[in-house]
Amino acid sequence: MLEESTREGFGRGLAEAGEADARVVALTGDLNDSTKVEAFAKKFPGRFVQAGIAEQNMVAMAAGLAIAGKVPFAASFGAFLPARCFDQIRVSVALSNLNVKLAATHCGVTTGEDGANAQMLEDIALMRSLPNFTVIAPCDGEEARKATVAAASIAGPMYLRLGRERVPHVSGNGAFTIGKAVTLHEGSDVAIIANGVEVAQALEAAKALAAKGVSARVINLHTIKPLDENTLVKAAAQCGCVVTAEEHQLQGGVGSAVAELLAERRPTPIEMVAVRSKFGESGKPAELLKKFGLDAKGIERAALRALARRK
Amino acid sequence: MLEKLRQAAREMRVAVVKMTTAAGSGHPGGSLGIADVFAALYLGGVLKFKPGDARWKGRDYFVLSNGHLNPAWYAALAQAKCIPERELTTLRQLGSRLQGHPVRGTLPQVEVSTGSLGQGIGVAVGIALGMKMERLPNRVYCSMGDGELEEGSCWEAFAAASHYKLDNLTIFIDRNGLQQNGRTEGIMTLEPLAERLSSFGLNVINADGHDFTQILAAFKKARATKGKPSAIIFKTTMGKGVSFMQAKHEWHGKALSQTQAAEALKELAQ
Repeated sequence: MLEESTREGFGRGLAEAGEADARVVALTGDLNDSTKVEAFAKKFPGRFVQAGIAEQNMVAMAAGLAIAGKVPFAASFGAFLPARCFDQIRVSVALSNLNVKLAATHCGVTTGEDGANAQMLEDIALMRSLPNFTVIAPCDGEEARKATVAAASIAGPMYLRLGRERVPHVSGNGAFTIGKAVTLHEGSDVAIIANGVEVAQALEAAKALAAKGVSARVINLHTIKPLDENTLVKAAAQCGCVVTAEEHQLQGGVGSAVAELLAERRPTPIEMVAVRSKFGESGKPAELLKKFGLDAKGIERAALRALARRK
Repeated sequence: MLEKLRQAAREMRVAVVKMTTAAGSGHPGGSLGIADVFAALYLGGVLKFKPGDARWKGRDYFVLSNGHLNPAWYAALAQAKCIPERELTTLRQLGSRLQGHPVRGTLPQVEVSTGSLGQGIGVAVGIALGMKMERLPNRVYCSMGDGELEEGSCWEAFAAASHYKLDNLTIFIDRNGLQQNGRTEGIMTLEPLAERLSSFGLNVINADGHDFTQILAAFKKARATKGKPSAIIFKTTMGKGVSFMQAKHEWHGKALSQTQAAEALKELAQ
């Protein structure tokens, strides 16, 4: 049931937001089709800015457009945004607290064949370290659409983490609220906290665990910053052990965010599914998820380790 | 008019020395060098603004891309009655609106946080683009340092400004030929600067940054230019007005001692 990539959902959401609000403008650097900004650019040519292959200037221009009263969405590959233009994001956007939306596609190992340089695995660590920023990683196309529409309607700097590959629709048809985690599967033995492509893998792992008599709760943590502290602390308290799953480096990602929270509020055994200080490589998305232990099997193994540590 | 500007620039230089000495740090050299240009910008009828209403919709936008020159800018804002004179000596102190580099959300006149070189110019291009989209008449002024031009992002911004024919944008460059560690030409060659800028599609205007007639004429010429953005190269002297600071790169980012400040103020009073 492969449906839609999060970048495609973003493209739909952007066109929808543009329809609803004339202040919405979009920028990209020669990646109209790859980032799916194309639909917006065709529909609203006067509100589309071609930045050329110059991401630093694209982000600075987005800041300027926000000052001019626009709601700019700047889109590129995660490898270039935030990686190449982090200084612009930090000073011109975050320190200025401007209403700029950044959309990074091709994040994670599921970017696939393009290989290590293109598979951005450090963006969450960068972006969640910035004051004022909201950081969102939707799990499927429909959730990406909703997140984009929501981002357009709320003032402040926001970062959307998107992927290249089509993923199953797992987020359901409920409302999307920035900062509110969604429990997709109830369970009481272990809480699996995932986002992005890892949500579908976590749901599959929960099924396999159920067959072994383990009741796993699956939480879609689409907003990494601000964290939905209550949902997470409650899950840790009720399940007694936690697994985090993300298509990102271990350092500074979702696992780190959850560990920071639980260490202070509810110390709980945590097992983290993440890339362990390695760069990606060329391959098919499914092969890479398996190789880096990010597939459902990897999450299942982590859940069993977490259970063994539960007091 | 010219005498009024001369007097204002003199008072701004006095303020720069007092502010940075009180703070014990800051960038007095470049601030003294740009004082005449900022005086002309704010008091010579160049920039449109309302002293009591920083976010007035009809204003021209000002971006200090070389954010470290904010002592001179704050002094100009005080001369233009945008902020109280007495606030100047709070520069760089805890809780002050006058942060070490401009931060949006402190002074309402700060459109964007700057201080990391090569960014403000891209922001200025974005504002100018936004004005064009809405066919608004507001102009955008962007102050830049010459050493700042070593940042590649400046040239990305120039390319975009030219591509989008932003004739509502006036860039002006403080060409004092010095940066923190020495001469710009010794650190990273900028010349032929005018040719470089003009090859990027900018309308280049050269002027003496200490001659008010030339400064005002340059801004006027930029405003009258259609179809392309303008870049004014203001030839200036770092530390202008204080003999022992003049044309010395050592005064880029160092405050004066109390004794030196007393000597500088004596000189500026003459």
